Amino acid sequence: MYRTALVELLYQLADDDFILAYRGSEWLGLAPHIEEDVAFSSINQDMMGHAAMFYQLLEDLGEGDVDDLSHSRKTNERKNGVLLERVNGPGHYLGKHEFDWAYTVVRHYFYTQFKKVRMDSLKTSSYQPLADVAVKVRMEIYYHLLHWKTWFLQLMQSNSDSRGRMEKAVQRVWDDVDSLLCYGPNGDDIVKAGLIEAEDKLLQRWKHFLTPVFEAVHLSIPEKLKPAAASGREGVHTKDLEEALAVLSEVYYMDTTASW
Amino acid sequence: MNEEMILKALHKVKDPEIDSISIVDLGMVETIKEEENRLIIELLPTFMGCPALDIISENVKKQIISLHLYHHIDIQFIHTPPWTSNRITERGREQLKSFGIAPPPAQLSESGDWEVSCPYCGSQYTAIENLFGPTACRSILYCKSCKNPFEAMKPISTLM
Repeated sequence: MYRTALVELLYQLADDDFILAYRGSEWLGLAPHIEEDVAFSSINQDMMGHAAMFYQLLEDLGEGDVDDLSHSRKTNERKNGVLLERVNGPGHYLGKHEFDWAYTVVRHYFYTQFKKVRMDSLKTSSYQPLADVAVKVRMEIYYHLLHWKTWFLQLMQSNSDSRGRMEKAVQRVWDDVDSLLCYGPNGDDIVKAGLIEAEDKLLQRWKHFLTPVFEAVHLSIPEKLKPAAASGREGVHTKDLEEALAVLSEVYYMDTTASW
Repeated sequence: MNEEMILKALHKVKDPEIDSISIVDLGMVETIKEEENRLIIELLPTFMGCPALDIISENVKKQIISLHLYHHIDIQFIHTPPWTSNRITERGREQLKSFGIAPPPAQLSESGDWEVSCPYCGSQYTAIENLFGPTACRSILYCKSCKNPFEAMKPISTLM
């Protein structure tokens, strides 16, 4: 039972970072300005590195090869929160698109703050290799969090156009955020195994960190979160994920035996 | 085990992206040990997503093979203890400067702000342009005194 719970949690951690790092990388060359392009690429690279570490922990447990775990698993085997798979906006990065920067800022800020809370808790995980990785990830996301918080505050306090777009984005992210905060059907086992603290504890801590930032921009945090439309933790996903996986695995499938 | 020779060989392995500093002075070498005729070298990655890790590992192997002391060499990246920027040696800090990269601030101030001296003129009158630079471990700054853009190694600490 311990192993099942552990593997379940590791898939959630790995898949979360993997898909959001991909969504971030779709902004390459399209970010609002050149400095942001540099910063965002660096953040995506870090996040992909974190995903690789979590997949490595799974490989160490006999779940398969890291490249297969990241590229070949079907949509219904993926455990990421649905929030993280949503497209950046309509269109495709190679052609016509209307990517939404406000949505990206809000989603990354919410996620990074949650990741911080999650890593804080994992530092005392009963699975030592996971606790070790959490210490390392925690140090790196210090800069990510600073980055997204700065964008969040600035766009919230800019002109009315910017404020309007941000409020809309916040609403969209609230609608999905439950998909990120839950541990899925094996949640009780995961907590009982001492792998991470309970969902509501993390939720409270996460809200606690968001509160001063929300107060500074005169926004309130909803008391209750809307239940997620699809449970990514159970392998239920949107078409967005299916399309993303097809694109990001295209090169891998050209020759799965190629060495990199 | 001839640790002196091994260390000397490791000093020849430079950061692929900053060729003035060795992986030893960067603080990446954690342990060198011998087990049943096998040399095991444990390295700490600076950042987890660093794409230079494979190159570093290959270069370490090449240097050790050239010593003709070991047939079996095992290079491992480990995460405990985590690499932190205060592992960079005094010599390493000087070598970074000679490359035009400011060494990381030795200690983070309480407010979290850093004070970085310009690697060219030594002025403290510098500004951060971008926390993120061309590689995961570097930031982009500007010296208001000598008007040079420069890079700095990011401070990384378990206290963050």
